[in-house]
Amino acid sequence: MREVVIISGKGGTGKTTLSASFAYLAGDKAIISDCDVDAANMHLLLDANFKKQEDFFSGELAVIDEEICTNCGNCFDVCRFDAIYVKDNQHYIDKISCEGCHYCSRVCKQEAITMQTQKIGDIYVSDIKNNSTMVHAKLGFGAENSGKLVAKVKQKAKLMALQKNRDYVITDGSPGVGCPVISSLSGANLVLLVTEATVSGLHDLKRVLQVVNNFKLKAVCIINKYDLNKKMSQEIENFLKVENIELISKLPYDETFTKALAKTQTILEFDKNSQLANLVTQSWIKIKEQLK
Amino acid sequence: MKLTIASGKGGTGKTTISTNLTSLIADMGKNIVLTDLDVEEPNSALFLQTKLSNTKISNKIVPTWESNDCTLCGKCAKNCNFNAIVAMPNEILIFPELCHSCYACSELCPTNSLLMKPTRIGEIKEFETKNFPFIEGRLDLGQEMAVPLISQSIRYTKEKYKNHIMIFDAPPGTSCPVIEASRGSDFVILVTESTPFGLNDLKLAVETMRVLDKNFGVIINRYGIGEISVEEYCLKENIPIITKVKNDKNIAKLYSKGELIYKQIDHFKNSLDEIITFIGDIKCVK
Repeated sequence: MREVVIISGKGGTGKTTLSASFAYLAGDKAIISDCDVDAANMHLLLDANFKKQEDFFSGELAVIDEEICTNCGNCFDVCRFDAIYVKDNQHYIDKISCEGCHYCSRVCKQEAITMQTQKIGDIYVSDIKNNSTMVHAKLGFGAENSGKLVAKVKQKAKLMALQKNRDYVITDGSPGVGCPVISSLSGANLVLLVTEATVSGLHDLKRVLQVVNNFKLKAVCIINKYDLNKKMSQEIENFLKVENIELISKLPYDETFTKALAKTQTILEFDKNSQLANLVTQSWIKIKEQLK
Repeated sequence: MKLTIASGKGGTGKTTISTNLTSLIADMGKNIVLTDLDVEEPNSALFLQTKLSNTKISNKIVPTWESNDCTLCGKCAKNCNFNAIVAMPNEILIFPELCHSCYACSELCPTNSLLMKPTRIGEIKEFETKNFPFIEGRLDLGQEMAVPLISQSIRYTKEKYKNHIMIFDAPPGTSCPVIEASRGSDFVILVTESTPFGLNDLKLAVETMRVLDKNFGVIINRYGIGEISVEEYCLKENIPIITKVKNDKNIAKLYSKGELIYKQIDHFKNSLDEIITFIGDIKCVK
């Protein structure tokens, strides 16, 4: 079982559309995991049936028992997150600001503050197109610790791939360079960087690659919308050469991406004979070779 | 006035709107400042001609262990709710990247053996551009927590430009970084596109804004491609559509080169004018 994690740094480069297309091509050889839990989208292209698996709990929230509280203000004094406020002489917790550090409850002489575990999301294991299975999640509003939820989704997908004897795990990673993306990368056999031929595409690629390199992971790249700015595309190719990263393919700026999306289809279903479908199929073959 | 430009989905045109809108309002002679809060992948500077005028190191405050009086009682590790401290038989180990800077370990230590000290997480940079000041928060690579840098960048902007119109370019998503970038603003503009992905992420962003009790409106970008579900959703939910920006490959081309759009494409400028009229109606722009 080998895992490829698809990331982009920048949003809107086509990462999820490509991930879903690879998932479609891999069919029952793969388990799919959507680690973009902040704004999960892949289920839309793969017809996921949202089979709820479990609640995800992480972090805590302070709760004040107003009956016991004497409003001494100890909690207010120690909170570094402005999460305790006073209204009509009563202390309250601002749920959005509370980080769940527990400090207030430790200094409360009346023991009026308890810590409650927070449910921050739902995890699903869904049946999807082409007899495949996808692990995905929905993060609660304003929840933090999406990194931990990402880790959980990945771990579940990998375990399932082992149990069902699948060849691949295809993971749609998170954007950015922080906690969620670091979580999505852990333990990957291959990282596919999807970028676009724009100034921001290159800028974000450089940053996210440094994170990938910190983990000493093998990376390959796809340049999307390469003909939008051929000079920029060339600049990205030069950069990849210096960094010793194989270029898997260059995809044209093609409204098929959006048209297929509007029909909630992968590029292959939308028109399997299109040039784009052919390029995507070739890309998946190359990625499989890299995964060996 | 403080205005945050956000989006659930990445790549919908947040930065394009932020940079162009700020520049156009500055052209009109208004005092305006733009702050890039997408600290993990800050991009606004790529579209502006910038001259660095100030750099401030951004720190977060984390404990450091002073062994002298420490009895290795282990209370610090028990008091840390983020597993950032491990009490070993002979030493105290600290994992700064997990620390939320709550001070509990330090202030509850019986021997004052944990001192809170600053550690670098990134930079706040201020630039001059042709027509307005620009501020950027940039997270150091390897750092996991964006929120402290976002809140420091907002504070920096507010302290220095309190009489300006403030535009904040938010990070994508719907979790803590976006909330930090939106909670102090008077109004939030959500930029989306008319695709199923755009709609799905817009719904998440809308729910987040409702939890935060924020006033917000929507810009539909790349309008004309995809389908009409986003528009239908906004009408049904009574969410104001501030403007629809036409799908145009020429915008994508200018963007790819790092150029501002409104000086070269009229229908894009018209959309910005609609945004400015809309903002003017929310509250009197100073």
